[in-house]
Amino acid sequence: MLDFNCSRRQFLGIFGGAAAVAGLGLAGCGGETGGTAAGSAGGSSTLTGTVTYDGASSFQALVEAAAEQFMAENPDVSITGSGNGSGTGLTAVADGTVTIGNSDVFAETKLDADQAATLVDHEVAVVGMGPVVSLNVTVDDLSLDQLKGIFSGEITNWSEVGGEDAEIHVLNRKSGSGTRATFEAAVFGAGAEESTFKGDAELDKSGDVQTQMGSTDNAISYLDFSHFDETKFKAIKVNGVDPTDENVTDNSFPIWATEHMYCQEDADEVTVAFLEYMLSDDVQGSLVEEQGFIPVSSMTVVKDAEGNVTEK
Amino acid sequence: MAKQMPKRSLEKVGLSVTGACVALVTLVVVALIVMVAQRGLSTFIKDGVDVLNFFTGTVWNLAVTDEATGLPFTGALPLIVTSFAVTIISTVIALPIAIGSAIYVVEIQPKFGQKYFQPLIELLVGIPSVVFGLIGFHVIVSAVRAIFNVEMGLGILPGSIVLALMILPTITTLSIDALRAVPDSYRQGSLALGYTRWQTIWHVVLKSATPSLMTAVILGMTRAFGETLAVRMVIGGVEAMPTSLIDSASTITTTLTTSMAVYATGSVQNDALWTLGLLLMGMSLFFILIIHLIGAKGAKSRG
Amino acid sequence: MANATAPAQDARIKRSMRNDKIATGILTVIVAIVMAIVVSMVVYILFQGVGQLFQPGFLTEASRSNGTEGGIAYQLFDSFYLLVLTLIISVPISLFAAVFLVEYAPDGPVTKIASTAIETLSSLPSIVVGMFGFLMFSVNFGWGYSLISGAIALTMFNIPILTRVITQALEDVPASQRDACLAMGLTRWETTIHVLIPAAMPAIVTGVVLSAGRVFGEAAALLFTSGMSSPARLNFLSLNFASPTCAWNIFRPGESLAVHIYKIYGEGSPEAQHIVWGTAAILMICVLLFNVLSRIAGKALARRMTAE
Repeated sequence: MLDFNCSRRQFLGIFGGAAAVAGLGLAGCGGETGGTAAGSAGGSSTLTGTVTYDGASSFQALVEAAAEQFMAENPDVSITGSGNGSGTGLTAVADGTVTIGNSDVFAETKLDADQAATLVDHEVAVVGMGPVVSLNVTVDDLSLDQLKGIFSGEITNWSEVGGEDAEIHVLNRKSGSGTRATFEAAVFGAGAEESTFKGDAELDKSGDVQTQMGSTDNAISYLDFSHFDETKFKAIKVNGVDPTDENVTDNSFPIWATEHMYCQEDADEVTVAFLEYMLSDDVQGSLVEEQGFIPVSSMTVVKDAEGNVTEK
Repeated sequence: MAKQMPKRSLEKVGLSVTGACVALVTLVVVALIVMVAQRGLSTFIKDGVDVLNFFTGTVWNLAVTDEATGLPFTGALPLIVTSFAVTIISTVIALPIAIGSAIYVVEIQPKFGQKYFQPLIELLVGIPSVVFGLIGFHVIVSAVRAIFNVEMGLGILPGSIVLALMILPTITTLSIDALRAVPDSYRQGSLALGYTRWQTIWHVVLKSATPSLMTAVILGMTRAFGETLAVRMVIGGVEAMPTSLIDSASTITTTLTTSMAVYATGSVQNDALWTLGLLLMGMSLFFILIIHLIGAKGAKSRG
Repeated sequence: MANATAPAQDARIKRSMRNDKIATGILTVIVAIVMAIVVSMVVYILFQGVGQLFQPGFLTEASRSNGTEGGIAYQLFDSFYLLVLTLIISVPISLFAAVFLVEYAPDGPVTKIASTAIETLSSLPSIVVGMFGFLMFSVNFGWGYSLISGAIALTMFNIPILTRVITQALEDVPASQRDACLAMGLTRWETTIHVLIPAAMPAIVTGVVLSAGRVFGEAAALLFTSGMSSPARLNFLSLNFASPTCAWNIFRPGESLAVHIYKIYGEGSPEAQHIVWGTAAILMICVLLFNVLSRIAGKALARRMTAE
């Protein structure tokens, strides 16, 4: 009896050791397995594989909605991702930690030239971005110069731009944010470096800006049109022009961005298929507008990586 | 099968399996230290950032290139100052409360302490840091807004309060152990001399437990210094020299969380962030060193 | 002379007595405040979040719209799966490391180096462990954001805690038991496996379950390793471990409950806020359960051991 007990425990002990070693072995060779799983999992006609994305929070809702449709049509595909900012997305796709990087800005503006050159751009939508102010602010129109003054810290009181005597609270996004880059490029002029002025807070995501704008008086920030929420804050005119989609299409409202989805040149089949789907009529025809974005096809102007706007 | 193994080889198996595990852990730690140090130091060696500028510069802005050097602004002083500010303020808040509670449950109501207070404080240890952050974001920030009549309410003060709550259980539990370790004969001697209970606590118990109490405090500070997400949720995230306790600021850890994934591995910006990581690691090694020095000098701590 | 000092001494005694009373009063207030804070925190979280737990679908549906709608089913699963993976890796390593430190190399340079290494690991901020895990596993090994990267990062976080607990437990086994075994001609390995580890089992189990609570709530080390998103759908019946939709695939990204809270805490919509509080409540409940469970398991095991 005792003998049996002993050997069983002995066995357990050795088994435990073996399990630990096996665990490490598994960890060691996992890279290859992961590679094949993520890589060329397909083969037959049915598309299988995994797509991961990261990047701009401004149009994540659009990507997610498209992904839901795409997965409904391709049951063996898994698309997953998050919105941690354009800079994060571009870095992640260049490093290979995700297969698609979403960005409000051209890859060239965030990455080294040779790194950016390995990425393939897909322009999936256009979105306008505009300044938003707290509900208690009486100002409803600001010129680009006034915005420049506010976001560079030169104008600090609402009375200087025609409002009541109250300090301006500037809510910025983190420096990796594409919304911030787009907004500053439009306000400070194309090609200008990001401002060194920091404001009263730097927030991670568009959703955080919505929340903080809703609970802070005398504040100003900027958001893309799809995140506008009249119950929490007001969107204001820029140079007297309303922030509407129509005004964006001909560049009369000057702050807007093209939404880019980047993948590696040698991206796997399923990633390419999903990006093609993003550009197909299934998404461009209806979903883009449903989610509050502007199809690229309806734009009468284009913007290049340096921020120059030209007629189409 | 295993039964037939000769005893000597059985012993060898045991030694090698357990030895391998220890070696593995040691190896991982060494690899981590080397890797963090290598990446962190390459900011200075490879990218040519001036060491002095890094630690004394007051402008931290990775997105903007400094015309003078052609490198991003990597003056980490604001982050370092903020990190120390939240650590020290939170310790100052938590310390009297923690030691006071420890005295109460060891010296005044030991039964109550063991039965109710300690389980309750252990419960506080278990609460995840994001939950502390969430409460800070909703309750403490609103309170700061109301009390100081400010718009944002984010900054060092709410960060310190949240951290104080988080390190309270660490310091309290360790202080309780420290006070319990004081031999009863000290107390009896003091009481027999006609000292009151408070005099006994103040002059005898606390004095003899001082080294262990200091260890407790430093362990608390280590936790405060390295805490990340709870602070991020209430501090605002502006990387500039703090001018007041209720203005948005950013610690070393919060800057790491928000910027780490943004910059590609190998870029100057990424290296600068690793230097911050190296700084964090260096500080925690420094804290350990102090604990060892205290242990070597005074009464041997509990371990 | 005695008469002259008597009133002064009386006054001093009186003052001492009064100070004693004041100090006791202050301490009582402090303890009351601490207890009030702890209780109100727990009650506040549960009050805010428990209602959400009974919303249909909250615990059984996947999240939508970047976590601001839908449920938290996959986050809940991923949290437990990460925990199990972490324990599978960290328990044997910690156990054997502790055995080595206590039984094989009690004093000497090896022990000193190893315990310094473990102590260093325990003091490292979790964000540094997360950064290391990101660079090492996600980037260098090419695993990307994956559960296994996260589990290894958590292991690094867990090993020092477990090793310390197990070392303590083994050291607490009476030396007489050890001596008796060795006297009977058992090797140290046999002694450890048959006598020491079983004797230390209650303490070990308590420690493992308590550490599980810590691991369960950890978020900073996971942000860059297992990622901030869960797959949109998982197949729990699939045994194709390479499939991205297979729930058990350790190379897929995953998001723990704590990371989920961090991801959406700032989202303003009422639904997102309900989800945040609901997630916080379930996280709290799980951690409390671990806490209670560790006591019960430790006690039950101890009772069984002594009954034998």
